[in-house]
Amino acid sequence: MQTLYNKLWKDHVVRDGADETALIYIDRHLVHEVTSPQAFESLKIAGRKPWRLDSVLAVADHNVPTTNRTNGISDPISRLQVETLDQNCEELGITEFKMNDLRQGIVHVIGPEQGATLPGMTVVCGDSHTSTHGAFACLAFGIGTSEVEHVLATQCLSIKKALEMKILVEGKLCPGVTAKDVALAIIGKIGTAGGTGYAIEFSGGTISDLSMEARMTLCNMAIEAGARAGMIAVDDTTIEYISGRPFAPKGDLWEKAVSYWRTLRSDEGAKFDHVVNIDATQIKPQVTWGTSPEMVTTVDGRVPNPLKITDPVKRNDMQRALDYMGLVPDMLISEIYLDKVFIGSCTNSRIEDLRAAAEVVKGRHIAKNIGLAMVVPGSGLVKLQAEEEGLDKVFLKAGFEWREPGCSMCLAMNDDYLSPGERCASTSNRNFEGRQGQAGRTHLVSPAMAAAAAIAGHFTDVRNI
Amino acid sequence: MEKFIGCKGLVAPLDRANIDTDAIIPKQFLKSIERSGFGRYLFDEWRYLDHGEPGKEVSQRILNPDFILNQNRFQGAKILLTRANFGCGSSREHAPWALQDYGFQVILAPSYADIFFNNSFKIGLLPIVLKENIVDQIFREVNLNVGYSLAVNLEEQTVVTPAGEVHTFDIDSFRKENLLNGLDEIGLTLQYASKIKSFEDKRRIEQPWLFT
Repeated sequence: MQTLYNKLWKDHVVRDGADETALIYIDRHLVHEVTSPQAFESLKIAGRKPWRLDSVLAVADHNVPTTNRTNGISDPISRLQVETLDQNCEELGITEFKMNDLRQGIVHVIGPEQGATLPGMTVVCGDSHTSTHGAFACLAFGIGTSEVEHVLATQCLSIKKALEMKILVEGKLCPGVTAKDVALAIIGKIGTAGGTGYAIEFSGGTISDLSMEARMTLCNMAIEAGARAGMIAVDDTTIEYISGRPFAPKGDLWEKAVSYWRTLRSDEGAKFDHVVNIDATQIKPQVTWGTSPEMVTTVDGRVPNPLKITDPVKRNDMQRALDYMGLVPDMLISEIYLDKVFIGSCTNSRIEDLRAAAEVVKGRHIAKNIGLAMVVPGSGLVKLQAEEEGLDKVFLKAGFEWREPGCSMCLAMNDDYLSPGERCASTSNRNFEGRQGQAGRTHLVSPAMAAAAAIAGHFTDVRNI
Repeated sequence: MEKFIGCKGLVAPLDRANIDTDAIIPKQFLKSIERSGFGRYLFDEWRYLDHGEPGKEVSQRILNPDFILNQNRFQGAKILLTRANFGCGSSREHAPWALQDYGFQVILAPSYADIFFNNSFKIGLLPIVLKENIVDQIFREVNLNVGYSLAVNLEEQTVVTPAGEVHTFDIDSFRKENLLNGLDEIGLTLQYASKIKSFEDKRRIEQPWLFT
């Protein structure tokens, strides 16, 4: 009886080492402009060549502008970084979707979209949200630049086997409650370090009912619970999503692949080091109030009061977070007014996310106090599909801006950022201090909740709209 | 990677849990294609009162007098003492690069985020896990004693206080060996190149769809 994680692990061990460390083979290496230039440079200095070019797929996403791209990137430092990626890929013969390619987008959106992420793969990228790809029963995790170089040079990584956690989610989600709310509710329960040292498998009836987009949202946030990898077993939903995608196998190979992929699930009775049970019926729309994803409550809740916390370290952290966020203890979440709304990021920029947000804003207009509401699709193809469905018109009519794909205001490396003190309802994954701009204030929510907040001007329960 | 055997040095206390990599090195500095020079941007938003941008002269920056690392008594610190889940968030290796470039050689905390922990070893920065009560004790001692320093010995896996108290720590043998000898991990892996090749050949036959 084996867990999914154990099956994936065993299928990739090239060589066992001491202390449960093993040399693991990497099937897919996704590369972006921020964490790769130093790796390419070191590789070159050492006189080494990439081990397997066809395993690498590159795209610029963090630095790219989301407005008019015809004149390229205006910030010279960002431009150099993107050009360096272009140059490295060209020199070495690595497949790259350049900025003006229709297939360009956020690395964790385009991998699955292209079928470059397939079940049973090990997937790495110099980005912590690589856990996203675990939705396809992959062993997928983020790495640093030294490891980017290591994978380029050897197609392998020396890693230590993780502990295994099962998060069992059962019950039907209320209408208006999404995978993002499930993710935040889980992080609220186990904490941002709750998954440290673990690989998490999400399972149960609720998970089986989720679309692939929703599963990606959930696995994407595994890292915010401290787990390098999150994963979900293969089922019909997985297979249907992959079928016909450009990098997916075809014909006889497809049949062969599918029969293998169907084995990628934990066996009945497989043992985990830790099991967490979640009752999905009790989950309400979530809103973060602090500077860590675990600082979260429900939309009908209140900002917590540090005076009620006995642990001094936790009390100080809470007070510091409230000071930074400019919030008063015990105030209602629905009394928090916003300046900006951001719908996008590798967590929530897929077609289903945009549809959910569009449904809320359709026929309405953003509130007067909202200075900027923007939708940043996850890829050029997501953008195209949304436009074919008329979603762009819905957003534009409601007063949203409709942008070009990229990471954008999730981490604000380009021109999309919060000014000091500005408050944002964001569908991204991190509400750390300064994440969306120095002294900016981030509240993490689902796309539907962000849309509802844009219309109301403050947080409001999307279930009542 | 340079060898790391140990270090003896001043301890700087950063009394805060869950310090994320965005705080350690803010995103605007990640646009650099260099591997060095990040130390002056370490904890940029806490350390300075003005907004930092890559290339901005340090002499033009406004230091935040309240930030602990700006205090005179902690100048030249080699050891950073901090709280649980240090380095959570993004996978940016720029975070350990910045800490090391600033002058830190060792970090002491009750726990770390996985990716940060792993990245640190790759560059010869040693993150040591100590029990919560030991960390508490060292915080108290640092606060009471100006010039408080610790001696870290990797071979012995010990942290020794000025009073001679010895705290031991655990470390994987693989990581310890790499640090002590300053080994090139890629070179080590390539010793198994033929093994990787045969694994790959077998995989190509068994799961050919992974190689198209």
